Amino acid sequence: MAMAALRREGRRFAPLISPRPITAFRSSPLAPTREDEGPIGVRYISTQVVRNRMKSVKNIQKITKAMKMVAASKLRAIQTKAENSRGLWQPFTALLGDTPSVDVKKNVIVTVSSDKGLCGGINSTSVKISKALHKLNSGPENETKYVILGEKAKAQLVRDSKKYIELIITELQKNPLSYTQVSVLADDILKNVEFDALRIVFNKFHSVVSFLPTVSTVLSPEIVEREAEAGGKLGDLDSYEIEGGETKGEILQNLTEFQFSCVMFNAVLENACSEQGARMSAMDSSSRNAGDMLDRLTLTYNRTRQASITTELIEIISGASALEG
Amino acid sequence: MFRQASRLLARTTTATTWRRSRAFSTDLPATPTEDSTFIESWKKVIPNMDPPKTPSSFMTPRPATPSSIPSKITVNFVLPYASELSTKEVDMVIVPATTGQMGVLPGHVPTIAELKPGILSVHEGNDVTKYFLSSGFAFIHANSVADIIAVEAVPLDCIDPALVQKGLAEFTQRLGTATSDLEKAEAQIGVDVHSALNSALTG
Repeated sequence: MAMAALRREGRRFAPLISPRPITAFRSSPLAPTREDEGPIGVRYISTQVVRNRMKSVKNIQKITKAMKMVAASKLRAIQTKAENSRGLWQPFTALLGDTPSVDVKKNVIVTVSSDKGLCGGINSTSVKISKALHKLNSGPENETKYVILGEKAKAQLVRDSKKYIELIITELQKNPLSYTQVSVLADDILKNVEFDALRIVFNKFHSVVSFLPTVSTVLSPEIVEREAEAGGKLGDLDSYEIEGGETKGEILQNLTEFQFSCVMFNAVLENACSEQGARMSAMDSSSRNAGDMLDRLTLTYNRTRQASITTELIEIISGASALEG
Repeated sequence: MFRQASRLLARTTTATTWRRSRAFSTDLPATPTEDSTFIESWKKVIPNMDPPKTPSSFMTPRPATPSSIPSKITVNFVLPYASELSTKEVDMVIVPATTGQMGVLPGHVPTIAELKPGILSVHEGNDVTKYFLSSGFAFIHANSVADIIAVEAVPLDCIDPALVQKGLAEFTQRLGTATSDLEKAEAQIGVDVHSALNSALTG
């Protein structure tokens, strides 16, 4: 232990004893790094290291700024579409009511998420709400399954709920979103999944900085009939006359499918808007952070540079004064 | 320094004007109505998270059923890409239901009607606006509000009669040569739509 203490002391005095040979070797033109050692115990980091760090941070800042601009332009394009589609689900809710607390045996949770990352916390929020709905609707006779849209929710839900996942759909936004594409998708889901109630979880776009997680419920025709008989919100559904089609059941079937495709269309558009908005704010805070980091690094760089100049001056002056007297 | 100040000023004004011009007409209403049973059961099982919103909190509540028949019917005509008419007060609408053209006046009995391709005409005083619908649904509520939801609709003057004839011929031919059920169904749909277009243009 005494040896270790002595060794530590030796290291501290080492710069004064033999700094020159080391730095002389290092300050050849091929090795621009200078390790300056000033008064006892003070070590400065190399200016080259700081300069490299500043360059990379500046590049990151440029990239995040560009991503923010791209997200802003994409948002503007899709926002008008989403706003125009908002009238689409309202007639269905006016007719069939909004029944998120309906108790059914076969629940299917459709989670809408994005394929690309770097969009803040919206995908985690959707997944959390989906898992909570799963917990809320689980019971002795109930079963709850997932239909996942988007890579990000898939990555999160595959980890612990793999056995409940029924269908996974990705690459939704490869082509610009249109009603035809979404209705084909809705048709796929309706054909392959048995359900009593579909709960669609998405982020509704309220403004560029606020996204509200929302759950829309679509009931199957049998459950609609059951609820209409039971009374409550759908109680006066029986008072509606049915025009067209042979039976009421057939009309209700078509109605359910149409409602699902309309609600899905709106949900997918709103989620896409929320994704772009969240990406905008994430990239904005990221470029601001990069800017702050750059400021701090600039200060460190200047301090290091000035300190090395000062030590050089000290050496020159002390050398000159030693020569004189 | 002054350059920066002007840039900041420009940024704030553009931001505020952008926000103002993007004011949502379909925003949260002043008194949101929510499903209380859902919220309560949520809070019991998951106390740490806020419950998600439901569509009813984003909708403007519908008017109650009046005691006497109102003079005008309120029409909401929506398409996936636009709301053509929203809460427009008109005298009468004629919808192309699968059982035939159905006229809807204020005080109509509540109905759910499935629509076939045909003409929707909206009568307001002496003006009649006609649209060709591709199909959809129409709901007429007890409070004299009519919701018409269609997948596609065009005003009649945007239809090209030559293309209609060509399409009709093509789909009739396809119906004749169709082998599988799917092809037959698709060709039949094509024939139906084109013949409806034809009669819309001539009738």
